[in-house]
Amino acid sequence: MTDIREASMIGRASDGRLVQRPLSPHLQIYRPQISSALSIFHRITGVALSVGALLLVCWLIAAATGDSAYNGLSGFLRSWFGVLLLFGWTVALWYHFCAGLRHLAWDAGYGFDLPTMHMTGKAVLAATAILTVLTWIAVILVW
Amino acid sequence: MSQTAKTSAPHVRVMRSQLGRVRGMGAAKSGTATWWAERLTSVALVPLTLWFVVSALRLTGLPRPAVAHWAGNPVNGALLVALVLVTFRHLQLGLQAVIEDYIHAERTRTVCILALRGAVGLIGLIGLLAALKLAFSR
Repeated sequence: MTDIREASMIGRASDGRLVQRPLSPHLQIYRPQISSALSIFHRITGVALSVGALLLVCWLIAAATGDSAYNGLSGFLRSWFGVLLLFGWTVALWYHFCAGLRHLAWDAGYGFDLPTMHMTGKAVLAATAILTVLTWIAVILVW
Repeated sequence: MSQTAKTSAPHVRVMRSQLGRVRGMGAAKSGTATWWAERLTSVALVPLTLWFVVSALRLTGLPRPAVAHWAGNPVNGALLVALVLVTFRHLQLGLQAVIEDYIHAERTRTVCILALRGAVGLIGLIGLLAALKLAFSR
């Protein structure tokens, strides 16, 4: 045992016996499940929304700068690339929003048993789809 | 006990206590303050996000003076400032957790966290100032 970190993988069982602590399997051989998939989606959408927050700042800068800057940004957001960007932004936003509510429920101590967890996981996906569609119906109505 | 059983059984040859071996090896090296800030900003962002999406839909297609007029309303202006501040605090906490999880080399990790906090702080301040300027531009 040369690495000090290996020593922390040795623990004692309740009877005092030294045991090797179990190591979680690597991601490559871990069977994908809805729980792990939704967990990493939450992180990915969080990082994407962090980049998306730049768009919010750009919008504020343009609105605070003047008409030409604001019209320029509006024109970009109305282009196919801008609409694609905003669509991805709304999908990530609603997913992170719904999955975040699920996390807050867990923090409050609700929904830990497996059937409930699988049900709320599917509900998050359904709610994301519904909210995204509703948002874009609203966008088309006010366009 | 046979020789093979002895060598395959887990054993410790480090003269440090179990506590001493694990102390200071956590990812964040901080207590519940970060955890609490994550929850506080999450809860605050629930109504702020809903308000912002509805506002953005109502402002879609409107010219800049209409947006400035909307932001000039003290309620909208305050909510906009709150949205910027809470969003940037929340994303800083989230991105820092990602860095702490995936970057294991201590020096690189510290540099990344410093760079992240600098960038997020600066961009957040720009957003804050733009929101304030917009709110006072009516």
